[in-house]
Amino acid sequence: MAINAQTQPKLDTREPVINDFAFSVATKNGSGSQTSNNVLVMSLFRMGIPVNGKNLFPSNIKGLPTWYTIRASKDGYTARKAMTEIVVAYNNSTATEDVANLPPGGVCITTDKIAKVIRQREDISYYEMPVAKLMRQTKVPSAFRKLVENMTYVGAVAQLFDIPLDLVYEVLLANFKGREKPALMNHEVVKLAYDWTADNILKTDPYRFERMDGTQGKIIMTGNDAGALGAVFGGVNVVAWYPITPSTSFVDGIIGFRGLRQNEDKENTIAIVQAEDELAAAGIVVGAGWAGGRSLTSTSGPGISLMAEFAGLAYFAEIPAVFWNITRMGPSTGLPTRTSQGDLLFTHFLGHGDSRQICLLPGNLKEAFEFGWKSFDISEELQTPVFVVSDLDLGMNNWLSEPFDYPDQPIARGKVLDANALNDFIDQHGKWGRYMDVDGDGIAYRTLPGTDHRFAGYFTRGTGHDEFAVYSERSDDWVENMTRLRLKMDTARDMLPQPIIDDASDADIGIITFGTNEEAIREARDWLANDGIKTNYLRVLALPLASSVSEFIDAHKSVFVIENNFDGQLTQLIRLEHPENISHVRPLTLGDGLPMTPDWIYDSLKEQEG
Amino acid sequence: MPPRANHLGLARNKYKGRPSTLCPGCGHDSISNQIISMAWELGLEQHKIIKMSGIGCSSKTPAYFLGGSHGFNALHGRMPSVATGALLANKELACIAVSGDGDTGSIGMGQFKHVIRRNVPFVYIIENNGVYGLTKGQFSATADEGQFLKYYGTNHMPPIDLALEAVIAGCTFVARSFSGDAKQVQALLQAAVRHPGTSVLDIISPCVTFNNAESSTKSYPYGKDHEIPLHEIQILAPDYVDAKEEITIDDYEEGDIIDVEMHDGSFIRLKKLDNDHDPRNRRMAMEVLERSMREQIFSTGLLYYEEPRPTLADTEELVDKPLAMLEDRDLRPPKQALDSVMRSLMAS
Repeated sequence: MAINAQTQPKLDTREPVINDFAFSVATKNGSGSQTSNNVLVMSLFRMGIPVNGKNLFPSNIKGLPTWYTIRASKDGYTARKAMTEIVVAYNNSTATEDVANLPPGGVCITTDKIAKVIRQREDISYYEMPVAKLMRQTKVPSAFRKLVENMTYVGAVAQLFDIPLDLVYEVLLANFKGREKPALMNHEVVKLAYDWTADNILKTDPYRFERMDGTQGKIIMTGNDAGALGAVFGGVNVVAWYPITPSTSFVDGIIGFRGLRQNEDKENTIAIVQAEDELAAAGIVVGAGWAGGRSLTSTSGPGISLMAEFAGLAYFAEIPAVFWNITRMGPSTGLPTRTSQGDLLFTHFLGHGDSRQICLLPGNLKEAFEFGWKSFDISEELQTPVFVVSDLDLGMNNWLSEPFDYPDQPIARGKVLDANALNDFIDQHGKWGRYMDVDGDGIAYRTLPGTDHRFAGYFTRGTGHDEFAVYSERSDDWVENMTRLRLKMDTARDMLPQPIIDDASDADIGIITFGTNEEAIREARDWLANDGIKTNYLRVLALPLASSVSEFIDAHKSVFVIENNFDGQLTQLIRLEHPENISHVRPLTLGDGLPMTPDWIYDSLKEQEG
Repeated sequence: MPPRANHLGLARNKYKGRPSTLCPGCGHDSISNQIISMAWELGLEQHKIIKMSGIGCSSKTPAYFLGGSHGFNALHGRMPSVATGALLANKELACIAVSGDGDTGSIGMGQFKHVIRRNVPFVYIIENNGVYGLTKGQFSATADEGQFLKYYGTNHMPPIDLALEAVIAGCTFVARSFSGDAKQVQALLQAAVRHPGTSVLDIISPCVTFNNAESSTKSYPYGKDHEIPLHEIQILAPDYVDAKEEITIDDYEEGDIIDVEMHDGSFIRLKKLDNDHDPRNRRMAMEVLERSMREQIFSTGLLYYEEPRPTLADTEELVDKPLAMLEDRDLRPPKQALDSVMRSLMAS
């Protein structure tokens, strides 16, 4: 029944590996494995072990293969590893490949049925469970059996690698929001597999979990939830959206946190409209921003395409609104459930004619939260749309983080004139015009609809206009206006979040990146340092680019721009903005639909540096 | 003699906008004029009104009326979404929106139907001339089947009836009128601004440059000869209501009058003409519209009215204060709230 009949590697000589290995869980989509995987991640988190979970899932409701990788790292590395030491092979259609991907000495946890076809390796441990037979022993009603079957691997993993059973129950209870019935039903299966494994499987691998204190005071959350929470603390009050992976859970997050902003009568300070398409979603947020709302939409590439015309209008008519682009792999439908950094150029230049949109580029949970609130202040202060370009990896996966800091700046509404301020303005300047730049920073003063002043009204349009918002096709009016918009973008460079820079060493090599690659780069840099290769580091947090980017480029002999897209889009932008002396700037691009690994960065950089 | 003032003490010319740049004689200018008169007559405060439009000849017109109001000339076919956003941000604003048959019937059909479905409270005027003017005379989706235009030949597609589409979409105030019938346009506007729901006014408004041949059902000559009002319309404001019973019914018999009570206590008094149309009957409204289309009858007036459904702001269960005017403390929960969320996400 168990593994006794199979050849097993001799393991007595191997040192135990504690809290430093990764799992890959291969199941079929829609089989309920999300709960099982989540229970494993949260159990490790509660054991104090730094952990992350990445869902590598298909665009499908039910049946297609899906993988979930869980990495425990006592040293706190949370990037996805290229190879996992352990696979839970619960999908017969991928099991052969899943087993082939294991390193020597790896572990395969599988069912007796699948095991028959995948016992091809002699250098790994196979642990086989008679899952169908075990399930027949449970008291779980037959209607639910298929859904909880995956709990068998939770039980086996708990037994084999030392996760306390009572902790698993605690996590299950939290997962079901304190409802005992489903928690008990799942736990019955976990315990059955746990006990069966104890009685029947001989452990022949060195991997084990141990309690530690690496997660004390930390949180686990998805980036979409973090951004949504940030928006709620940033005063969002009009949300319009259209469902699209991987951004849907962003608005679900706002719906979840909306209660924080209700009054005592449970009335809302946040309107949330599911629009008929992304065109309407963009129109609603632009209309709301124009009327003084703090508005937000969340979408991904295909939705951004549909929002292009509104983005151009809002840029030119100078209307605040916040757009989250949770990037997925394009072009077209592309790989809708795979991560990418391929929308950077498209989003930055969104709109026809000459437009450069402000982009904020969060790379972790804290930044997702921070940009969640800050984006509204930036947008209202600059009177322009702000695009927060996140990605599927940050948006939908569980990340470990320090808790978020409460906003350290008061809400900023920008240059808005109420009736009294408008009087003062007219006293001072003789007249008011919606697009008059009296401060020399490219940012004019606006009035909001409803302002009780006979000169407050003006007519907003996407067509040419003079500084009084009056229709104009005069070339000088046009050029003046575009020049002021360019000035406004230059003002923005200093107002936007500045790059994260680590240039403490005298390294010749500089690494530039943006977004979620940071964790993989951090680990790769440590490996390189072990090999005696020193690197410095800059992560861009916003577009248009800060001036420190150019200084960083000048300060290094060799600069690698690491990006998760095909064309090296940040590299192109750097070349565009800093054309002088950049032959030593090279892109390292991947774009394979998956979160970047330190292995790939380490290998590619070594190869390039020769 | 000083010009006559309304109850705010304002002369009518205070409600004007900038000079029109449309072709002289354009039907749209007559509608702008009626909007000016309506706002002046009712003594509306301009700063409490927003003017929204899409793109096209019609959509330029908000620049030509109510110069004291904020206006937004948005994107082609997308005015409804922009109006929705603005009215969510500030639900105290009244909104007069202008669109055209291309803006609504073609590129904007989706938003037209969905804004009605959400019941965003605003006056949605379609200045309908059956033709694209700014791009020099293509057929629009409301052009008659079989119609001939110089540059584009014969139209072989059946027209879309936007009033019928509005009724089907669940609109609670649907009217059709003719820009040459100033009195009726005025009465319908006065009723529409009182309606706390989407009010659709499909106003046939001739294009004097591209579509004013006598053969066109969207022309002045045709409209003048063929318009058949369903009723004579009179608006009885709330302060008239007590006196309603005393208002003389003139030559009309009891039963020839329909008094439609509106949400704010005012009444739309409809004096029956040569038909039995009751706008409170949805089936009748659809029948009138279908027969009008089939037999090319130019029926005008209030086609459909029902007690308004909850508006979008109602279904969103928003606080009383307009969202755009919330104080910082309403926009940002206290630090304890964040700390408590953070604690709930911690390991122990």
